[in-house]
Amino acid sequence: MDMIVFILTGAFATATPLLLAALGELVTEKSGVINLSVEGMMALAAAMGFATVYTTGSYLLAFAVAAGLAMLLSIVFAALVLIFSANQVASGLAAGILGLGLSALLGREYESFTLQAPSGLSVPNLSNIPVLGSILFEQDIVVYLTVTTGLCLMWIIQHSRAGLILRVVGEDPHIAHNLGFNVLRVRFLAILFGGFMAGLAGAYASTILTPIWSQGMILGRGWIALALVVFGTWRVLRVMIGAYLFGALLLADLAVQTLNLGIPSQVMTSMPYVMTIIVLAIVSRNALRIKLNAPVSLGQSYRPGQ
Amino acid sequence: MIRYEFVPRAQPSTGALVIVPILTVALSILCGTALFYILDKPAGVAFYAFFIEPFLSNYTLSEIAIKAAPLILIAQGLAIGFRARVWNIGAEGQLTIGAICAGLIPITWPQSDNVLMLPAMILVGALTGMVWAAIAAALRTAFNASEIIVTLMLNAIAAQILVYLINGPLKDPRGFSFPQSVPFPDVALYPLLIEDSFLRANVSIYIVLALSLLAWIYVRHSFSGFRLLVSGLAPAAAHYAGFSSNRAVWISLLVGGAAAGLAGVGEISGPIGKLQPILSPAYGFAAIIVAFLGGLNPIGIVVAGFFMAVIYVGADGAVLSAGLPASAPIVFQGLILVFYLASHTLVNFELRRIGGTKGTA
Repeated sequence: MDMIVFILTGAFATATPLLLAALGELVTEKSGVINLSVEGMMALAAAMGFATVYTTGSYLLAFAVAAGLAMLLSIVFAALVLIFSANQVASGLAAGILGLGLSALLGREYESFTLQAPSGLSVPNLSNIPVLGSILFEQDIVVYLTVTTGLCLMWIIQHSRAGLILRVVGEDPHIAHNLGFNVLRVRFLAILFGGFMAGLAGAYASTILTPIWSQGMILGRGWIALALVVFGTWRVLRVMIGAYLFGALLLADLAVQTLNLGIPSQVMTSMPYVMTIIVLAIVSRNALRIKLNAPVSLGQSYRPGQ
Repeated sequence: MIRYEFVPRAQPSTGALVIVPILTVALSILCGTALFYILDKPAGVAFYAFFIEPFLSNYTLSEIAIKAAPLILIAQGLAIGFRARVWNIGAEGQLTIGAICAGLIPITWPQSDNVLMLPAMILVGALTGMVWAAIAAALRTAFNASEIIVTLMLNAIAAQILVYLINGPLKDPRGFSFPQSVPFPDVALYPLLIEDSFLRANVSIYIVLALSLLAWIYVRHSFSGFRLLVSGLAPAAAHYAGFSSNRAVWISLLVGGAAAGLAGVGEISGPIGKLQPILSPAYGFAAIIVAFLGGLNPIGIVVAGFFMAVIYVGADGAVLSAGLPASAPIVFQGLILVFYLASHTLVNFELRRIGGTKGTA
């Protein structure tokens, strides 16, 4: 029972970097662009976010620096796919490798350093409710902000004018162009938002969730975030649920390892990757559902006037 | 107001195809040197260590051959898929699985002097690399699951399998508790290019060059190679012509997996000589860059592979002589790919100056 409450409570935090990055990627993909550099952006942000907290002690500054750097990297990606019309998959890999390299380079002086874990921001009174109280109201502020951002995005994408423009651009950039929208500008902003969110995700991972810096600490979570967008079939609410389930899974692995059931730790470490593959296969299996939900122009480059 | 715009060319420029890699390398070196300067490292010393020193001794030349072999081999396999727009990002995992399975042979018979051991390892390594990649091909063709994400996840899983095995069942009992297997017998190793020398270069580089020639023939002169290209460039046209896109996925991943698995054998039967936690300094990812820098062309890939090998060897030297951080070459690899993709635009587009007009973009 304690174990279950522990997992249900902690899953919010382990899900947060996945969700932040996935929400950003969802918006990018809604505009018709797939950005595979999430892992690299998160790594770069995690390194500099950690360094900022370590040197200044300010979390706010750390998140700002991290988001800014990830956005810079997303601008490199945007330049490749929007100005140079380069292949989106290759460009994402390029920016991703650059991000991973820069993260190792900039983070090298902080290898294995730790930060003091920040004290959580629990909601007074409500957190005293048994079980549910501790699950829902003892999270840190970033968790609440992330969930709020998700709910806002859900409304923006479905019901606001900006969301409509985003969807039109992603469905058919030529029609969007004829309607008078600047396709490249919309895609640029969507990519930039993806960078911003991946930056926050990286900073959260390295400064709050596991306040230890080591090279490669993102551990494929950027890629899981990419898979989450497919799991959620480009729907915000489904992506949020998927992120929570994966957060619980990541935590369950840790929990099982502490139980000492004689399962090799490598088996448990592999579980999220195995689950990603299985869930991806199950969700993608329904080609019609993917087709109905995926932005039609996803992955195709667009040049005005063609 | 003067502005520039990319205007599509009627035909891809062949001149640009030659200029693009040169421009890419020049820009990357320029940017990399600026980076060394920012890092407060003497840029001249770093540049010298990176690009000149690797050519100055027999030892470094032999190391270039050692590192070029897996890079070229994997890149040739990946390029066949990339041309068909099948994105195998899992060469690192396929290399690992190929090495583990091939390694089981010498680990089982560590005292053997049977000369068939190396050929058997080559066969097993290529086949098991193929099987690991086939998982992604099967999931893509049967369930439409993105091969990018599946191959990437399989990398992480392969790495965990290796760590488990060399800490457990395959661990050398007399290895002073190091996580590694027993050392392989001589019959499990590629013959050295120069016997009884301290140079580690071995005959695998010849095998790789021969396979590169084969790749060139396949791409240039076979109908199968043509079909793959069409299904990548014009999926609709390929569909109407009856070229199956599933077939392209299978061929791309199987060839890529076999090449990566073979490269894995090259590592354990070459410079390493056993199984250990790290089998490759991310050759599987660097090969993606080699494939692009070589223009996805088998001949270009050979040149690009040697260039990337120089960077690897140069980086080792630069870490020592110029105090460069070990992660600098990864940054450099990222820069190369970014600049390559940007300058590759010149192949299909022309940069035109539009003076005085407001422009339409």
